[in-house]
Amino acid sequence: MFWRKKPKADQPSGASAEVIELPKRSLGKSIKSVFSRIKFDLEDLTTLEDVLIQSDFGVDAAATIVADLTSRAKRAGVSTEGELKNLLSQLLVEKLNRDDSALNLDSEVSPHVVLVVGVNGAGKTTTIGKLANYLVSGGAKVTLGAADTFRAAAVDQLATWAERSSSVIVKPKTEGQDPASVAFETIETALGNESDIVIVDTAGRLQNKQGLMDELGKIRRIIEKQLPVSEVLLVLDATTGQNALAQAKAFTEVANVTGLVLTKLDGSAKGGIVFAIQQELDIPVKLIGVGEGIDDFGFFDAQDFVSGLLGEV
Amino acid sequence: MFGNLSDRLVDTFKNLRSKGKLSAADIDATLREIRRALLEADVALEVVKTFIAAVRERALGDEVSKALNPAQQVVQIVQEELVQILGGEQRRLQFAKNPPTVIMLAGLQGSGKTTLAGKLAKWLKDQGQTPMLVAADLQRPNAVNQLQVVGERVGVAVYAPEPGNGVGNPVSVAKDSIKEATKKQYSVVIVDTAGRLGIDEELMKQARDISKAIDPDETLFVIDSMIGQDAVNVAKAFEDGVGITGVVLTKLDGDARGGAALSVAQVTGRPIIFASTGEAMDAFEPFYPDRMASRILDMGDILTLIEQTQKTFDEEQAKQMAEKMARDAFTLEDFLEQMNQIKKMGSIKNMLGMMPGANKLKSQLDNFDEKEITRTEAIILSMTPAERRDPKILNGSRRLRIAKGSGMTVTDVNSLVNRFEQAAKMMKMVAKGGNPGLPGMPAGMGGAPSKQKAQSKKKSKSGNPAKRAAEQAGIITPKPDSSGSAFGLK
Repeated sequence: MFWRKKPKADQPSGASAEVIELPKRSLGKSIKSVFSRIKFDLEDLTTLEDVLIQSDFGVDAAATIVADLTSRAKRAGVSTEGELKNLLSQLLVEKLNRDDSALNLDSEVSPHVVLVVGVNGAGKTTTIGKLANYLVSGGAKVTLGAADTFRAAAVDQLATWAERSSSVIVKPKTEGQDPASVAFETIETALGNESDIVIVDTAGRLQNKQGLMDELGKIRRIIEKQLPVSEVLLVLDATTGQNALAQAKAFTEVANVTGLVLTKLDGSAKGGIVFAIQQELDIPVKLIGVGEGIDDFGFFDAQDFVSGLLGEV
Repeated sequence: MFGNLSDRLVDTFKNLRSKGKLSAADIDATLREIRRALLEADVALEVVKTFIAAVRERALGDEVSKALNPAQQVVQIVQEELVQILGGEQRRLQFAKNPPTVIMLAGLQGSGKTTLAGKLAKWLKDQGQTPMLVAADLQRPNAVNQLQVVGERVGVAVYAPEPGNGVGNPVSVAKDSIKEATKKQYSVVIVDTAGRLGIDEELMKQARDISKAIDPDETLFVIDSMIGQDAVNVAKAFEDGVGITGVVLTKLDGDARGGAALSVAQVTGRPIIFASTGEAMDAFEPFYPDRMASRILDMGDILTLIEQTQKTFDEEQAKQMAEKMARDAFTLEDFLEQMNQIKKMGSIKNMLGMMPGANKLKSQLDNFDEKEITRTEAIILSMTPAERRDPKILNGSRRLRIAKGSGMTVTDVNSLVNRFEQAAKMMKMVAKGGNPGLPGMPAGMGGAPSKQKAQSKKKSKSGNPAKRAAEQAGIITPKPDSSGSAFGLK
């Protein structure tokens, strides 16, 4: 995980910008395993299929995984419980593992703009607070844009996080101000105060509300008039069921989502729907949220996530 | 991936067309598709399993094999069972004998408690109550503040002695709020609590402590309709942890099918009382189990499906009827049987009426007068079996008895018998190879306004004679847009 620091004004031109490596964080361990109940028998993998369904993988993805596992096991000639479990682990990691799961903050652009979107109550504001704190503690100057001008006290909630994380915050000047104009002012401020990273919060919206989704497209376009958007993060509540796929589709359509944030993984939900999303939409999971504390988040690691699911840690 | 249930069921049912009777294997094929639909709607697997087992048992019983349209019957059983689990009848909020009524809200983070608190307060206020909101979520940044803004928007008092953001004790705030409400004579107290995970022992204990301190009349479990399989675990945890009396389903304005409702209702046995359906403060309504059942099954499509299958099955029966007619064996009993088929459309009409967005269809179905069918049915049911088989024996005293028995007049009985005889005569003619057509006649039997008019309109029309006869006999369900009563009884 890297981010590229903004070149200082006094640096000679052409000097390469400082690249700072951020400490690795992963919290796969906090995912409770359900897989201990599975009977690994190549002839009868129905308990595996059931557990996958219960982990919100979805009927289709669960069936595909069971079929894949069966054919691979037969090809490799393995059948013991340990071997099958290993094979399953490999299979799942493969499905999630990708080389673009880090936040895209090391391009030459500065400041980097991160737009955070999602349905109501997914955990957008909390995620921003934690991410901002993490980046600030890594030495970045962060500006937050409170473009959720709809929900009661959302601006105050973000302001509290800005304070906790020592970030700059740009608030709407009037109640119910057009969120796109707040986003615009945020970028202006960030350009003025030489921020390294800008994170724009948006109001939660259900993906079937066309008007609100169009508004999101507008926010993105307005930002892009000034700066390219480095990341559009879709925040998904891990407790969400099959609707998460519809969410990912709709948000990608209007806002071109570049990464997923899976929140509330500290609960009993497994977030299995990310497999289906990955398969259908090819969007990497980048961050995970595991609590309400400022440090309760991490970068997504497929191996850790799967190990957590399978109870290997 | 959504909305495919009906397509798949149509495929399943296609194979059944020629049978008219379902085998156990047919039922299992249907149930597999329903299982899949329920899982795609996020109904928890264990709930799906129990549910399917219950439906299967009923479907294999007499009810279905004796039904006119077995496939439809399976879908109907599914619908009925869903409604049953979802709480059957609606339940109302329980108020305390001595005010204030205390309502505690509990749920996961982000389920929508604070917004709901405002909506509930507004709803109660509109009903003449004087609610007070209590800010006992002292954990999430600015939750207190949010509740204050919400309270202001709906014009309801907010009790918020602590600033929140980790400062203050929610148990004592909740406790003090009751005293405050009693002193200021508020009739309802709504306590907003922090979101918590079911597996968070410490916070669940805190919720329990709040509950003990305020002894709520209702503890409403607030759950996001988008939640997946975990709904069962969460519901169990809250039921065991704080003890819930009712459920509120939020974000139902989204496009999630909301199978969690079924999981929660099944696992806790608690009724779902309210549905929250939007961001506006009045987007809040009592919960309708039948609507929800339709939504989970994607009933909009299922209805089309029922019509389709009904049509195919009716064609099957139409053939049998045509044969009967040819043998001059069409009786009032057959007539009654047809009517029962059409009566099922009546229940569809009801279902449609309760579904949002189906207004267009509904207005078409309004042409269909269910009461007329009921009256006709009453007359026929007041006849003896012998009379139904042979209406010729109906003399004056029999007709008077039937009129009294059915609560109708002798004129009504006469008119029915006349229409039946007329239609039977016509059908006999048609079935024996004649092809009178009669395009002016409404789809129902006896729909001809008068003999003369009907006969004057003899006009040939191509098509399967048997089928046409059946259509005219009213065996095939009239198209919703056909004008007038199906039985011409208006």
